[in-house]
Amino acid sequence: MSNKFMVGTFLDSASLIKAVLAVRAHNLRIYDVYSPYPIHDLDLAMGLRRTRLPWVTAVAGTLALSFAITFQFYAAVWDWPLNVGGKPDNSALAFVPICFELTVLISGLATFFALLFRAQLYPGKKERLSTPGITNDRFALVLRTDRVHFDSARALNVLEASGADDVQEMEGDL
Amino acid sequence: MSGSAVTAKVAPGHSPKVETQVLPPPQWVDDDVTLSQITDDIARPLEGRPGKGWWICFAFAFAALLNLGGMVTWLIAKGIGIWGLNNSVGWAFDITNFVFWIGIGHAGTLISAILLLFRQQWRTSINRSAEAMTIFAVMCAGLFPAIHMGRPWDAFFIFPYVPNQRGPLWVNFRSPLVWDVVAISTYFTISLVFWFLGMVPDLATLRDRANAGLKKTIFRILSLGWNGSFRTWARYEMVSLILAGLATPLVLSVHSIVSMDFATSLVPGWHTTIFPPYFVAGAIYSGFGMVLTLLIITRQTMHLERYITMRHLDKMAKVTMLTGMIVSYAYATEFFSAWYTGNLYERYHFINRATGPYAWCFYLMVLCNVITPQLLWLKKIRTSVALLFVVSILVNIGMWFERFVIIVVGLHRAFLPSGWGMFYPTVFDVGILIGSFGLFFTCFLLFIRFLPMIAMWEIKGVSEQSAHQAKTAKTDDREDFRDREVAVNV
Repeated sequence: MSNKFMVGTFLDSASLIKAVLAVRAHNLRIYDVYSPYPIHDLDLAMGLRRTRLPWVTAVAGTLALSFAITFQFYAAVWDWPLNVGGKPDNSALAFVPICFELTVLISGLATFFALLFRAQLYPGKKERLSTPGITNDRFALVLRTDRVHFDSARALNVLEASGADDVQEMEGDL
Repeated sequence: MSGSAVTAKVAPGHSPKVETQVLPPPQWVDDDVTLSQITDDIARPLEGRPGKGWWICFAFAFAALLNLGGMVTWLIAKGIGIWGLNNSVGWAFDITNFVFWIGIGHAGTLISAILLLFRQQWRTSINRSAEAMTIFAVMCAGLFPAIHMGRPWDAFFIFPYVPNQRGPLWVNFRSPLVWDVVAISTYFTISLVFWFLGMVPDLATLRDRANAGLKKTIFRILSLGWNGSFRTWARYEMVSLILAGLATPLVLSVHSIVSMDFATSLVPGWHTTIFPPYFVAGAIYSGFGMVLTLLIITRQTMHLERYITMRHLDKMAKVTMLTGMIVSYAYATEFFSAWYTGNLYERYHFINRATGPYAWCFYLMVLCNVITPQLLWLKKIRTSVALLFVVSILVNIGMWFERFVIIVVGLHRAFLPSGWGMFYPTVFDVGILIGSFGLFFTCFLLFIRFLPMIAMWEIKGVSEQSAHQAKTAKTDDREDFRDREVAVNV
């Protein structure tokens, strides 16, 4: 599936932010913004919703904690109680370190893989760059042009007025 | 950031006038560098051929690594009897090395996770290499318990696994040694994920710089198709923050659990509640010593003075001094408790520590860990690369001896005089210790040769931010764009 885009390229983050605000003020929908580093507060300027990834951490952590408690209890009390130094089988306090470590391990890994899944990142994926140099020193604001009611001339004007270095039309996938 | 509003005093009758006073923003990157310059500076060492200094270091490190391979092979073939261990001292160099290397790793996580949570911008130049150091140090640490088992091919017994071929017999979850296995595996995994994730945007930068070929293919696989999308950046930053939040208590737990290998025992000197915080402080102290050593080498051999500035070294020296003093305080507390509790065995242990056959190790430890950090009060020493390097080496030596003193001095004279003995290292003890340094430095040198050792994207963010602040501070135009009217004429 191939889409059509308008890519405005910028040389610094300040004009990019200016362009983002201008584009939104003109009721144009931003497809995405590309930058070599995360620009502070750009999510607010773009009106992005806060990511729900912390919920993955919370859910995975809770499951991991329950698993760690259950498994240690099963192994040390239920399946094969072993008398070590005459201490009680169910020494709950002694189970704390492993509960903590497993919670951190599993919730951390789950968050990492959830990010890769959500952002569609995987080893060997062919990069789709909006403009060359985007991972070096260029900033890009991308609009979808194949939408109904897309006013190409107005979009071009807004981008140029807010200091775009270059505006290109492109076809493909991003 | 560092701006503060100061209300000017006005005489009565005048309308109050508010003056804004803005402190100069902290500059963590020297000069006004452009974004592409940052990329060039950091990618250059990876794209050219390494200099003479790198090859000399690598030759030494690789020779030590080969020595490690040979000696470990011999150890596995013959058994751990080739070490100087005996019935009295069953843990010596091996476990000393293990605790030493685990401790080294802690500074990396402190810099990358704890300083991220505290929003310390100076971490950006050093966090990547410090995290790499963590990974390699934990690898070295993991080697020692494995080879100390005598039958390393059965090492998997330390993990509970299904189906359980030992019948229903599980590992003892009440043992600190099992906690240790889980803690260190978790620590290694989370550090690796954090390190790799932090590197993905930079690997994409290198991918886009590489010409078609093997290099490009490798970077393409590793960079996961990263294209700088801000929607991804927003999620990415959140995940970094979450991982930092998880790694912070993790790093404190790991060395606390390592200390419990000793703290929960009954042997005099190994039976104390002060160990967890004492070990964590010691770990950060020794880790910062090692970060200083490595960064001074990297800075000088790779010519990165612009990014690893004297102010970075100064900050690290101050953290070293602070944690060094916490460690010194812990030493004093141990002696005080031994006297104050009135426990004869505990008291004897500490008298023996300071006057017994291993007293020279104790005094070397005091010299390196109590006296040496005091030198860092002097600005002259904190601002001299050569002197800092010497201090950092002394810190490393001192912290190795601290663990040796705790382990060997504790074991060689336990309760019954009939069980007393001495430990004398053999050539294999020393050779494997040197070999572990070979493994560590070989990995580190390969890392600075092939991967971006400074986080380019983080440096770019910091330099842009400070440039922006400098500009707004000058023009006193400190309005927030969120509240600004959009005025673009179309």
